[in-house]
Amino acid sequence: MDTGKEQSLLQLRNVRKVFARGTIDEVTALNDINLDVYPEDFVTIIGSNGAGKSTLLNIVAGVFPPEMGGKVIINGDDVTSLSEYKHAAYVGRVWQEPTVGTAGKLSLEENLSLALLRGKPRGLRSSLNKQRGELFRSALAPLGLGLEDRLNTPVGTLSGGQRQALALVMATISKPALLLLDEHIATLDPRTAQVVLNLSDMIVRRERMTTMMVTHNMELALRYGNRLIMMHQGRIIVDIGQQDKQALTIDDLVSAFEQAAGERLTDESILLSHR
Amino acid sequence: MLSSTVQGILTSSLSDGLIYAFVAVGVFITFRVLAFPDLTVDGSFVTGGSIAALMIAGGYNPFLATIAAIGGGLACGAVTGLLNTKLRISALLAGILMMVALYSVNLRIMSGANIPLLRQVTIFENIAHLFGTTKSVILVIGVLAVLACVVFMILSWFLRTEIGLALRASGDNEQMIRGLGSDTDRNTIMGCSISNGLVALSGALVAQNQGFCDVNMGIGMIVMGLAAVIIGEALLHPRGVASMLLAALGGTFVYRLFITIALRLGLSPGDLKLITAALVVVALAIPYIQKKIRHEWMPPAVRF
Repeated sequence: MDTGKEQSLLQLRNVRKVFARGTIDEVTALNDINLDVYPEDFVTIIGSNGAGKSTLLNIVAGVFPPEMGGKVIINGDDVTSLSEYKHAAYVGRVWQEPTVGTAGKLSLEENLSLALLRGKPRGLRSSLNKQRGELFRSALAPLGLGLEDRLNTPVGTLSGGQRQALALVMATISKPALLLLDEHIATLDPRTAQVVLNLSDMIVRRERMTTMMVTHNMELALRYGNRLIMMHQGRIIVDIGQQDKQALTIDDLVSAFEQAAGERLTDESILLSHR
Repeated sequence: MLSSTVQGILTSSLSDGLIYAFVAVGVFITFRVLAFPDLTVDGSFVTGGSIAALMIAGGYNPFLATIAAIGGGLACGAVTGLLNTKLRISALLAGILMMVALYSVNLRIMSGANIPLLRQVTIFENIAHLFGTTKSVILVIGVLAVLACVVFMILSWFLRTEIGLALRASGDNEQMIRGLGSDTDRNTIMGCSISNGLVALSGALVAQNQGFCDVNMGIGMIVMGLAAVIIGEALLHPRGVASMLLAALGGTFVYRLFITIALRLGLSPGDLKLITAALVVVALAIPYIQKKIRHEWMPPAVRF
């Protein structure tokens, strides 16, 4: 059926994820998620601990597959059963810890060279050359952190904020279809967090990247992006587009959450009583 | 008199240093580049020696026999890597299992505990013949030095290629490099394979140089390789791929120098394993003790 809407870039269909199945610790981390993310969307995702935000990103990044019957489609390709390293061709990711997104023993240019070949076959060519050096310089210069003059420096000697800024460039330099920001400013001090957040926004706008950003911070979720998703107990309970989002306040979000979560709860109790 | 003793110590350290340097470089690749503590070495060293000895005793060309030995080592390492990545057996245990299993495999290859090569033509005799001389210490040092240079140049080039860099990244930050689209399982298998190929090359050369292969000649080889790597690092503080490889080569020479001097001082060959272990303990403990004196923070003891 043609809805007249443009083709979605990411499609999640009937995505469920259960951990520790069959034990007393069994938990349904994602419960029948259906989600379409469209090109150039900047989706912010909020929710409390255990809401399923990170599990959702892990499914998109291919860290683990969804339960049988679920589907993950990126750019029209069914990537549901592809392993994580093959998802990398479609998805760039910045993790919470700056140490996860960068290799500390390798130099800045070596890290960037690894990132440049995201999802491409790696060969026996030299990993560094003059042309790539120029490219890395021009990718780092707009950050305004002076990193472009430290291409030979081991990344382990950079500060957390500098490393996270580098991780951001590494996630985007090969222009993957989708950028995942997984609470990527949560471990930084407030000032550095603001700098990295502004850089993220700048790069996302400049490269017109389709982005999903997970955050704990409702204010950030409202301020950035054109769409807001709230998760609770493995479900998407609020999904607000640009028009509605602009007028939204934190109080609106809290009441929307209480309303949606409450309704869900009654839904579930009705379901249970029928079985 | 004294100078001839010194000369003797130096030449013997140099030839032994060069012949075991491939073990050190192999250990460097697993322990340092890949951060994979691989103990396959004690077994794959003998596998290399026994394949070469079997083929040479069977009349094959010694170069072909040496290449086959490298192939055997590559296969050993690949199996260790597969055990770790596909069956999720810890690196340490996968190596120990392979080391034990290879003991039986090596006995099978040789159909016994050893193969003598006394009247056989090895690569050293072959090359000596080419130059119209006979095998001597100087010739052995020359052959090994050329071989070490070739291996050094190939590896320092390879580790800087796109594939080689991904291999190094696998040892530094596995999650990151997987997130950048490199198959870390394949990298681990490849790294273990290259490492044990080098170790087997060393085994093949040792068997040909000493004129026999014995099933027990690999015992303690991993500790020796580790000693060489650690000594090289302590002395040269290497930064960058080439200097790290050089440190492994230099470390082997210094290690053999210690051993040769210890033997000249009247210690028996049976004491060498204890000396080697003590060397590794001292080299590992010094940085810790230094930090302790300076009241610096140290990470807790590692269990795996």
